[in-house]
Amino acid sequence: MAVSAIFGAKVNRREDPRLISGTGTYASDVALANMAYAAFLRSPHAHAKIKRIDAEKAKKLPGVVTVLTGKDIGSKLNPVPCAWPVTGADVKIPKYYPIAVDRVRYVGDPVAVVVATSPYEAADALDAIVVEYDPLPAVILQEEAMKKGAPLLYEEVPNNIALHWKIGGGNVSDAFSNAEVTIKERFVNQRLQPTAIETRGATAQYDPSTGMLTMWVTTQNPHVHRLLLTLMTGIPEQKLRIISKDVGGGFGSKIPCYGPEAVVALLAKETGVPIKWVEDRHENYVATIHGRDHVQYVELAGKKDGTITGLRVKVYSNLGAWLSTAAPGVPTILFGLILPGAYKIPNVECEVYGMVTNTTGIDAYRGAGRPEATYIIERLVDIFAHKIGMDPAEVRLKNFIPKDKFPYNTATGLAYDSGNYEGALFKALGMVSYDNLRRELQMLRSEGKLVGVGISSYVEVCGLGPSSVVRSTGFALGLWESAIVRVHPSGKVSVFTGGHPHGQGEETTFAQITASELGVLIDDVEVIHGDTDRIPFGMGTYGSRTTPVAGGSIVIACRRIKDKGKKIAAHLLEAREEDVQFDSGKFFVTGVPGVSKTLAEVAWASYGAGSNEIPSGMEPGLESTAFYDPPSFVFPFGTHVCQVEIDKESGQVKIKRYVAVDDCGKQVNPMIVEGQVHGGIAQGIAQALWEEAVYDEHGNLLTGTLSEYAVPTAVELPKYETTSTETPSPHHPLGLKGVGETGTIASTPAVVNAVCDALSPYGVENIDMPLRSDKIWRILKEKGISK
Amino acid sequence: MYPKEFEYASPTSLGEAVALLKKMGPDAKVLAGGQSLVPLMKFRLASPKYLLDINGISNLEYIKENGKFISVGALTRHHSLERSELVKQKLGLFSETASWIGDPQVRNNGTIGGSLVHSDPAGDWGSAIIASRALLKIQSARRERIVDSDHFFKDTFTSAVAPNEILTEIRVPVPPDGGRSAGAYEKLERKAGDFATVGVGVQLTLSRNRKTFEQAGIGLTSLGPTNLRGKKAEKALVGKNVSLETIEEAGTAVSEEVKPTDDVLRGSAEYKRAMARVFLKRALTRAARKAGASGV
Repeated sequence: MAVSAIFGAKVNRREDPRLISGTGTYASDVALANMAYAAFLRSPHAHAKIKRIDAEKAKKLPGVVTVLTGKDIGSKLNPVPCAWPVTGADVKIPKYYPIAVDRVRYVGDPVAVVVATSPYEAADALDAIVVEYDPLPAVILQEEAMKKGAPLLYEEVPNNIALHWKIGGGNVSDAFSNAEVTIKERFVNQRLQPTAIETRGATAQYDPSTGMLTMWVTTQNPHVHRLLLTLMTGIPEQKLRIISKDVGGGFGSKIPCYGPEAVVALLAKETGVPIKWVEDRHENYVATIHGRDHVQYVELAGKKDGTITGLRVKVYSNLGAWLSTAAPGVPTILFGLILPGAYKIPNVECEVYGMVTNTTGIDAYRGAGRPEATYIIERLVDIFAHKIGMDPAEVRLKNFIPKDKFPYNTATGLAYDSGNYEGALFKALGMVSYDNLRRELQMLRSEGKLVGVGISSYVEVCGLGPSSVVRSTGFALGLWESAIVRVHPSGKVSVFTGGHPHGQGEETTFAQITASELGVLIDDVEVIHGDTDRIPFGMGTYGSRTTPVAGGSIVIACRRIKDKGKKIAAHLLEAREEDVQFDSGKFFVTGVPGVSKTLAEVAWASYGAGSNEIPSGMEPGLESTAFYDPPSFVFPFGTHVCQVEIDKESGQVKIKRYVAVDDCGKQVNPMIVEGQVHGGIAQGIAQALWEEAVYDEHGNLLTGTLSEYAVPTAVELPKYETTSTETPSPHHPLGLKGVGETGTIASTPAVVNAVCDALSPYGVENIDMPLRSDKIWRILKEKGISK
Repeated sequence: MYPKEFEYASPTSLGEAVALLKKMGPDAKVLAGGQSLVPLMKFRLASPKYLLDINGISNLEYIKENGKFISVGALTRHHSLERSELVKQKLGLFSETASWIGDPQVRNNGTIGGSLVHSDPAGDWGSAIIASRALLKIQSARRERIVDSDHFFKDTFTSAVAPNEILTEIRVPVPPDGGRSAGAYEKLERKAGDFATVGVGVQLTLSRNRKTFEQAGIGLTSLGPTNLRGKKAEKALVGKNVSLETIEEAGTAVSEEVKPTDDVLRGSAEYKRAMARVFLKRALTRAARKAGASGV
């Protein structure tokens, strides 16, 4: 492929051959000599005092190296840190220890750790530990947790309210008192289990001769992980190396640092043998963070002509038993600011309460806050349209921020960079021949069919994010990203990125960006990530940030290399620097393209560094480190349309057609964009129709294995018809926006809108997710549609 | 997900296997395809002292026609039953049932015999053997015996196969006269590979003029403590006209005889009862059409 065409090309993902042939390296593939295995004994009670732990019998079993309880660990480990005490919110971060000391707070809370020479012996030892519990009343639901007299999880968190936050703009009470139409709803955005196919795991090795602890961890952010482990273990950062090669999915669940990882580090140091720990699926489901779990009381004010004038939202968010790394930021900053969505709503008010409960902790899950917000506005628009007798597409068009009003400042304080919302909507409506489709559905309805169509027009805030803004929200670090671009003497290139692609395809897209910038072949570019001793300090991969932010840092580094290259080329060509141009891998004198030096020739000269090779006073080498701090967020957007039919007899929802128009600005690799959109839509549809973490009243997770937790397969999912529009981000060096989460954000309300549309002739306004067949059937029965 | 320690034996003949079982006593478990037993052991819900792996016995995996029966070796994988031309031709119910089981990995490894002996009321094969009136051949060190499908399931996770016995063969009667007999399996599941919310297997034979139901077998999945036979529904069909009304009556009958339980994840007993009716009607309609009926 011509070097000039590499940006924007559908290049095959270079990471795929190793991943699909089973030669990737995941956490559980790490094998070291004399390795021992850790296993955690976890609480069967949602809430209990630990009266006594007797591990004597377990310690005597064959192969057992050691057994440690929370008391044994004592002050050797600090509590699990929370990195986002949101500014302006009332946040109470309780002390949550890696292993429970005297009290357990959810089913799955670790109470002891065993180390043995085989995982079988470790499992035997777990069975031999006797724990006496004194059970306490448990509280599972957030609205129950904040009631007077509810069981209290932590003395330092009165009424279990760990988070209270408000945001608003405009005059909401006026908007409502002047409204011609108001809508009031209660939505439940259910709890989900992230289900990365690779469960969490860590292997730690301590070298007493250097004091260096190396840890192989499955994580989305190796440096952040290292920093959090330093805080927990006291091992200084320069003595701690995190390696994370391939990661089998994260979806947010591998952003946080968890207690067991610190325990594994401590055990490696104390026992002197390498320690490995890998979750099984059940452990993953009870002990790795869950996502979402909002109860939302929402109100919309509007006029009969379809104008939306106000939005009022009150949310009760479940935080689970501890405040995970980013937990307070998800239902606040990542949720509240984007509530107005694609619409010019002048008056917006949002209040959030976050409660600790006797359940697994909740943190970021693909979309993190933004799906919860988009669901509110996109469902409300449909309910509003239905109430005033307008087509939902019309209401969207009427309220969209017009394309000539960007940058646009929302009532919630965001500055949207660019957009053409009506462009994406028209394209999507065109693909389904919307007017014809509506007529066709009307006909099918007259034949007794339960059919509907749903639209979802979203805006996402991503490319997290400008450090000054992020810091002002209380996040512990800035969210810039780093890159080292190293041109070797031969002209080949290594790119070291602080991002940590794990399925998003940036090993490929970053090579494309570099090849395109430096005019080299893509095969001459290696992209390195996931090792704190090789890459510069970086923030990792989440929040649809890696392509725009880490990609931005690579572009800057490449451009610096070209700047230096021009100086060297000018020296070699005996020309003035301002007369030297760069194009397609060659430096040449303006107007004399035959007089040129290749990047490889310039690189060779830079390493030779003789007086005839580089200008006097210039540092040798051809390498650049760049830190890109984005000037603002990026705001991808789009419209999805979903058409459904409901089986009248069984209540099963069948997606007949799914159309997605997404705009993530310029695309480095449209095939990878499409892949991200596909995966996102699948996860969003899964929330709409099937997935739900279910607890019983005692706090047992009833969806603790893949037999119970209903992750859909390709069989249930429709064919996606995807396309895009292109509205570049004006402030990004390449015009890029993120696309990792858009599918998840857009698809959930599109599906629910379609199902509610199908049932609207029967007076059904809202159904809470997931729209399981038994739930739909009950409604059909109540309405007399089904027997 | 690590099982307790166990002793492992891998006999190469049935004689050796039943002799070993006799010696090991009730602490032994027979390992066939391992699709249920191995997860149970990994969860430590089952911790047998001895594991008797019968996969080394070469003559337990076959599908062959023996006069009035199609005989299926107990070690026959679901996949083989799904793809067998003989089964497709003469026992459509069995190829359909196999196609609904688990996922491709489960179907490649799992066996019909292992699934039946496990006796999970959510198992799909139970309904197929009940609907087709299959016979089960069971072997101990002492004797061989035959149990009919009505007496095979004793309770949830308990079959007629005693700890010292091995199920060796499933004998399925060849339905009368190709064209007027047909079977069908219908399953309601949350997603591909899920355990049935409800499942219904039917095996029909119509009269020569295709106007009446001559024989009807109905097996039910996830609708009681074991796979059930839909006796009242069968009765509502046999000798009656092939019509939507008759099928409707069978549906009503089945919803009265099933014994489902509430399931937080897959639906209430009421829902399952209603779905037994819906999915029986669908299975009957499809099977009747396959057998050449018109008007349904």
